[in-house]
Order: sequence, then C-alpha cells, then structure tokens
Amino acid sequence: MTTSTAPRPVRTTDQVRTGRVGDRIFGGAATGAGLLVVALVALVGIFLVIQAVPALLSNEANFLTSRVWNPGGSHPEFGIVDLLWATVVTSIIALAVAVPLGVAVALFITQYSPTWLARPAAAIIDLLAAVPSIVYGFWGLTIAGQYVDPVASWIGDTFGWIPFLADAGISGKSTLFFAGLILAVMVLPIITAISREVFAQVPAAHKEGALALGATHWEMIRTAVLPFGKPGVISASMLGLGRALGETLAVMILLSGLNDGSPWNWSIFNGGATFASKIALNAAEFDTPTKTGAYISAGLVLFILTFLVNAAARIVIERRKAFTE
Amino acid sequence: MAKRIDVNDLSVFYGAFKAVEGVTLTVEPRSVTAFIGPSGCGKSTVLRTLNRMHEVIPGGRVEGKVMLDDDDLYAPTIDPVAVRRMVGMVFQRPNPFPTMTIRENVAAGLRLNGLKRGKAVDEIVERALRSANLWNEVKDRLDKPGAGLSGGQQQRLCIARAIAVEPQVLLMDEPCSALDPISTLAIEDLIQELKSDYTVVIVTHNMQQAARVSDRTAFFNLKAQGQPGRLVEVDDTTTIFNRPSEQATEDYISGRFG
Repeated sequence: MTTSTAPRPVRTTDQVRTGRVGDRIFGGAATGAGLLVVALVALVGIFLVIQAVPALLSNEANFLTSRVWNPGGSHPEFGIVDLLWATVVTSIIALAVAVPLGVAVALFITQYSPTWLARPAAAIIDLLAAVPSIVYGFWGLTIAGQYVDPVASWIGDTFGWIPFLADAGISGKSTLFFAGLILAVMVLPIITAISREVFAQVPAAHKEGALALGATHWEMIRTAVLPFGKPGVISASMLGLGRALGETLAVMILLSGLNDGSPWNWSIFNGGATFASKIALNAAEFDTPTKTGAYISAGLVLFILTFLVNAAARIVIERRKAFTE
Repeated sequence: MAKRIDVNDLSVFYGAFKAVEGVTLTVEPRSVTAFIGPSGCGKSTVLRTLNRMHEVIPGGRVEGKVMLDDDDLYAPTIDPVAVRRMVGMVFQRPNPFPTMTIRENVAAGLRLNGLKRGKAVDEIVERALRSANLWNEVKDRLDKPGAGLSGGQQQRLCIARAIAVEPQVLLMDEPCSALDPISTLAIEDLIQELKSDYTVVIVTHNMQQAARVSDRTAFFNLKAQGQPGRLVEVDDTTTIFNRPSEQATEDYISGRFG
C-alpha cells in the first residue's frame, strides 16, 4: 500500500509546481507592467517638479494669477492664467460637442442601424482616430474654417452681448471656439469607439425587460442602455478630454496668439494659447534654465490638471459602482 | 383586470424558418395556463407572440390571430408597445435593471407611463411589492440596488415590476428555472395568488410545477426533427396528467421521451 501510494503525491506536487511557475511568471510580468506605468507617471511628475522649482523660485510674478509671460532676461515673470483659460475653454468646447455627438453615433451604430451599415460606419469613425493631428490643423485652417466663419460671426452678432460670446476681433478660424471644434472632431473617434463598446455589451435581458414593460425603442435606450453605459461614457469622455487638453499641433496652427498686455476677454471668440501649444510654439527658445523651467512649470500644471480630472471621473464612477454590477 | 386570450391558427416565423405551426387555444381570464413540452418545441415562442416580444428578434413575424378579449393584437393599427403595456412578461433569468434601486425597478414601468414619483408612486410600489410577496424583505432597503437581492428575490422583484403597471395578462417564461427549490416554492405560491387578479400563462420545463400551479395545460411538441413545433393538446391540468387524449402527451408526462 505504502509503496504504491508513495509516488503519487510527488507527481501531484510536480504538477502543482509547474503550474506555480507559470502563475508566478505571469503574475510577476503583470505586476511589473502595472508598476512600470505607475513608475513612469511618478518619474514624469518628479522630473517636471525638479525642473520647474528653480524657475518658479526666480519668478517675479505670481505664477498662478499673472497673465504675463516673459520668462527670459534677468527679471523673469510668468503666470499661467491665459494658458489655463485657453486650455480649459477649448477642451470644454471640444467635449460639449463631441460627447453628445459621439454617444449619438454609438447609439445609432449599436441600437438603430441595420447590421450591414453598422460595421462600415464603425470602421470609418475609427479611421478618424488614425488621422495625424497636423492634418486636422491644416484642414481646419484651409477648408473647414471658411464654413465656420459665418456661423461664428452670426453667433457674435446675435449673442454678442453675452461676455462669453462677444466678438474679439479675431478671424473665425483662429479662435478658441474653432480650435475647440477641431478638437471635438479629433476626440470624437475615441468617445464613439468606447461608447459603442459599452452600449453593445448591454445584456439583451435588460433590453427585453424594458421592452416587455411597454417601452418604446427610445425609452428602452433610456431605461436600459444609457444607464448601463454611463460609466463607460464617462471613461470615454475622460480619455477624450486627456487628448483635448494635451493636443498640440492642430491648436498651435489654428489659434492666434494674443499680444502682450491685451485686456482680459471672456469670449470664446478670442485667441490665445494652450499649455501645449505655447510650449510647442516656443520650443526653440529653451536656452536658459529659467526659461525652460517656466515652460516646464506650465507643463506641470497641465499634468496636474489632467490628473485631477481623471481622479474626479473615477470618483463619479466608483460612487455608482453598486449599481453597475 | 384580467382578459381572455384567444389564439387562432397561429404560425410563427423567424425569417424563412417556420418555428411554430397552427396553434389554436383559449386562455381563460383569472386562470393559470401552463405550456409544457420538450426543448425547441416552440412553447416560449408562442408565449412571446402573446405580447409581440418575438418581434424583438429580427425577422420574427406571425400568421393567424391573437385576440385579447375583443382586441386583435396584430391589427395593423395596434402598436406593439401598447400590447406590452397590457400583457406583462417575466423572463427565465431575473433581469432587474442593475442601475436602479429596488424602488426604481418597480416604478420603471410607471415612469414609462408618465408617472414620475410622489405619493401615488410610492403606494403603487408598495402594493406591487406586497403582491409579489417581497415587501417584508425589502421595505427597509428600497433605495438599495435591485441587483443586490438574491436570485429568488430578484425574480419576485421582476414580478412586482411587471404587475405594477396592472397588466391584463402576465406571461412567465420558465420563471423558476434559474432558482433554488425554496425560491421556486415562493414563486409558485405567488402564482396561485396572482391568479385571482390576472390571467397567467407560464412556460415550464418542470412537469410537477405545471401540475402544481396550473388550471390548464397545453402540451407542445415537434412533429419531427426540423419540423415546426405544434400544439398537441390543451386540456384541464388534471386531465392532461391523468387521462391525456394523445399518446405523445402520455409519453412525455410519464417521462418516456423528451
């Protein structure tokens, strides 16, 4: 008895051990990949802080409240108000246009369109994501701009008494508004693609449940599809926002810079520069550590802004978690 | 609140495929009718034609007539949405809306009818939950997610959701097949109570269940593999289980096939 049973546990341990090696390699690789990402983000943050601090210390203006951007010379002065404003306004415009449009397109593809149309339509939207951003910039400048010009001036004429919509005397295709629209086209594919994925995953049982209660097609979408897809749409919007906040070339090509000392203007038809476009536009000037540091400080603010927005989105999603499982 | 269903020479198609052929049967108001038969014989398909849910599947269509009292459910002027508000349905797997609370789940149908919230809705929610024998278990956590309940409770929540809109007929498509025996018993008791207010049609694979809960039983079968399903016979449940007129029914209920 003992001799016949003895080899058995050995073999089992061997099998288990082989399994364990595979588990350990895979587990280690996955953990390593996860840590690598965290480390990359942390290192970027540390690099930005280290480079920014000396410049910030020698800054003679208030970094957070000043509108001056004059980091060169022996009395460097720079503040981020204008950059922050332009970045946030263009991104908000981009999301305000792209999120409803992207969700609508995703709903059409997953809930309304016949199957023969759904696949090509989805593929075309995905193709938009593959277009390099500089192409969007030039397309906006040379083609799309002329069509937006009359719309922009109509809004300016009709609603100009609202400070946000006042005419700032800037050509229609060089405004924050138009840059925001181009950004909307650029973030549309990612928002559409992710929304499409989550809407397609809504269990048929939930949709049938709504229909069996006497819901119309649209009521079924409101009762079953949209609530189920909401966390996904929020994630999609955040990814889109990340791209909009950081987009450089298209915005740089389009936006008309403001003259030093020009008065503050709330209008979305004003020009300006975003963090990213300002940095790219002046990349050739990184000749002194203070100057470089000033731009890196601007980059640091963009980094923190993106981080905060993403954290806020995660909180929103987590709070509703009990209702999504 | 309960209406009679008259099905006359009904055939169901999915595209070119004929799933069910020539079904004629009557479902009396305030009674429980069970559909039994082997898998794929078309009993669920016939059930779904009673509130036009088969149309959700692309290519689904019927020939023949289904009357709800004097209303032809397939008259060209009738909107399937209106049919489904009169004929409620409970599915095989409990499907409460995961994004909604217990209260919102029960009120979901009311919201579609324009009732938003307020005292009237709270009263209807309570009444529906009481009718579904769920009120005592959930009254302290109406604002918790419906998906947090046990399977049997979720199924009763779905029944409450279906009866909150006061349908004429309640269709149940194997409502206990995903539940444990105790939850099954709770649902069966509930079906007995619902009978006093509603016309109930239940599809079941469990013949003991059909014998326990139903007044009348309809036996469906395939003529042969690949042929459309058909109604073999429909009669009082006691008759079907004791002295069926067809040999096929006798074979099925005695477990000799299917």
